[in-house]
Amino acid sequence: MNIESYEDMFQRVKAKKEGAFIPFIVAGDPDFETSLKIVKTFVDNGADALEIGFPFSDPVADGPTVQLADIRALEAGMTTTRGFEFIKRVREFTNIPIGVLTYYNLIYKMGIDEFYKMANENGVNAILAADLPPEEAEDAVKAALKHDIQQIFMAAQTTSNERLQKINNMCSGFLYVVAVMGITGARSELKTSTVELIKRIKSHTNLPISVGFGISKPEQVKEVIGAGGDGAIVASAILNIITENLNDEDLIIKKIGEFCRELNESTKI
Amino acid sequence: MMLDGKFGKYGGVFVPELLIPALEELEKSFLKYKDDKKFNEELEYYLREFAGRPTPLYYAKNLSQKLGCKIYFKREDLLHTGAHKINNTLGQGLLAKYMGKERLIAETGAGQHGIATAVIGSLFQMPTEVYMGIEDVERQKLNVFRMELSGAKVIPVKTGSRTLKDAINDALRDWITNVENTHYLIGSSMGPHPYPMMVKHFQTVIGKETKSDILEKEGELPDAVIACVGGGSNSIGIFSEFIDDREVELIGAEGGGEGLSGKHGATLSAGTEGVLHGSLSFVLQDDHGQIAEAHSISAGLDYPGVGPEHSLLKTTGRANYYPITNDEAIRGFKLLSEYEGILPALESSHAVAMAEKYANENKGKTIVVNLSGRGDKDVNILADLMGVKL
Repeated sequence: MNIESYEDMFQRVKAKKEGAFIPFIVAGDPDFETSLKIVKTFVDNGADALEIGFPFSDPVADGPTVQLADIRALEAGMTTTRGFEFIKRVREFTNIPIGVLTYYNLIYKMGIDEFYKMANENGVNAILAADLPPEEAEDAVKAALKHDIQQIFMAAQTTSNERLQKINNMCSGFLYVVAVMGITGARSELKTSTVELIKRIKSHTNLPISVGFGISKPEQVKEVIGAGGDGAIVASAILNIITENLNDEDLIIKKIGEFCRELNESTKI
Repeated sequence: MMLDGKFGKYGGVFVPELLIPALEELEKSFLKYKDDKKFNEELEYYLREFAGRPTPLYYAKNLSQKLGCKIYFKREDLLHTGAHKINNTLGQGLLAKYMGKERLIAETGAGQHGIATAVIGSLFQMPTEVYMGIEDVERQKLNVFRMELSGAKVIPVKTGSRTLKDAINDALRDWITNVENTHYLIGSSMGPHPYPMMVKHFQTVIGKETKSDILEKEGELPDAVIACVGGGSNSIGIFSEFIDDREVELIGAEGGGEGLSGKHGATLSAGTEGVLHGSLSFVLQDDHGQIAEAHSISAGLDYPGVGPEHSLLKTTGRANYYPITNDEAIRGFKLLSEYEGILPALESSHAVAMAEKYANENKGKTIVVNLSGRGDKDVNILADLMGVKL
């Protein structure tokens, strides 16, 4: 299978006058097979790229929704190695870009080079470790270059323009813009500051930007794409559907399918 | 960052992007004020008048006779709030005030750091919230009440292992959300740079006083300095002044829990390298990098990580770390209570037990034990274990 690059994906979406719809799931939540069906549902309902979390026991950048999903996945037996097996299975039905979101200890424990090698061998396009700032990322970036993986970094409200340049120099694929002051989790509305942040960051980078954290409704997706975002990442709102319907897999799939169609629709400019 | 915050390869700044500017601001302010005359005069005033420094270096005559060594105790247990924690909270609290921060947050395990933060929140009139694992809230009820009496809000943490590790996670999440007006007052020499360096700086007062006093009393340096190690702040504080004196053996006593084959908190004795709570250090983890739950009878040593400088001291062989089991710690508690009339905190009881082991194999030596905290907070646990109803 010819895996699509982020560059090609963002061009494809732009040509349609749309933003990219990028749903997130924790690999193995609530269990390996159901999780796989959920990713298939993402793809069948318009996902332009996928964000797949490798669960960590102490996810400090995440709120209760993602932490619960991490715990469910870990209790169901997810490990880093199985995470890569999960992506290999996803690659059986889609070629859209896949980014792995995780925490640095999982990478460090496996061995930095080995982690990026496994990522390449199993069809991962990009890696983002939530607690790995550019200051500590030299080894990871080297391994990423060696194994043809794109290293993603975050930019936030607190990131100065000067610092943004430093992040730009190390980042490839896209820049992950943290929409809110805080941790992951659905928010009822986006603040004016989010729109201002997107505009500021757009004017300081040539990389495509995907906006995540707190985006949970179609109108919010519309807002971040309208403000100049190239993609919208939706996580907690999707995980909430899993949390609320844990005993009914069919309902999880049905509801996530409907929700993804709505979200995808709202990426049209 | 102006410095990389590394101790050898350990330490660093492994945090989400939102926190980097706050850590840069903190580093800049710390480097500015640590040598500032006015700041230091004010800090010394509070350490002396509010906390009760200097603390004595007490020669334990009865215990020395029993164990066949000269044993001294650095009496940090005599400080206001009952532990060394106040040295650091006064330092960081004053720094937060100088930085114009409006609110303090902290994590606590045993409650000693929570209380020390609560009282300086009151002293400096800053609203204070303390995150505490719900298991620790249960086993340290008295300390929770003391924090509340000082005007702090205690937030029980119900996630994960519900102990110190998870209290730190939630405090970090709070800080990520409220970074603009809040100072996160980390209680140990752990976390992202500049915390390990800064906490050590505010705790070196223990080592400085100890060195000066032992030279005055003995005319020479001790053979060994012993302290308990959870996150590692009291130990790095007393070790700091002796690191360059190679003839002084530095010994850390870790929470050995039920023994290394059972549940324990002996990160340096049984852990492996990993990244937790902002720095690269030794951690307790499984083969896949998931952080393990720690266990110790003492809530303050019930932590699966450790400050990064200890990892350097361990790997270079400058300090040695040994696990002390729950049972050994209880023996240490009773030993000091019965022979000297001093009730040590369960954390410090690990250091007392370590001193007994060292003395048994090294007769005639001079040992300094850092008595980091007093044991009033732990008498309920002891009473339960001894079947005494209070």
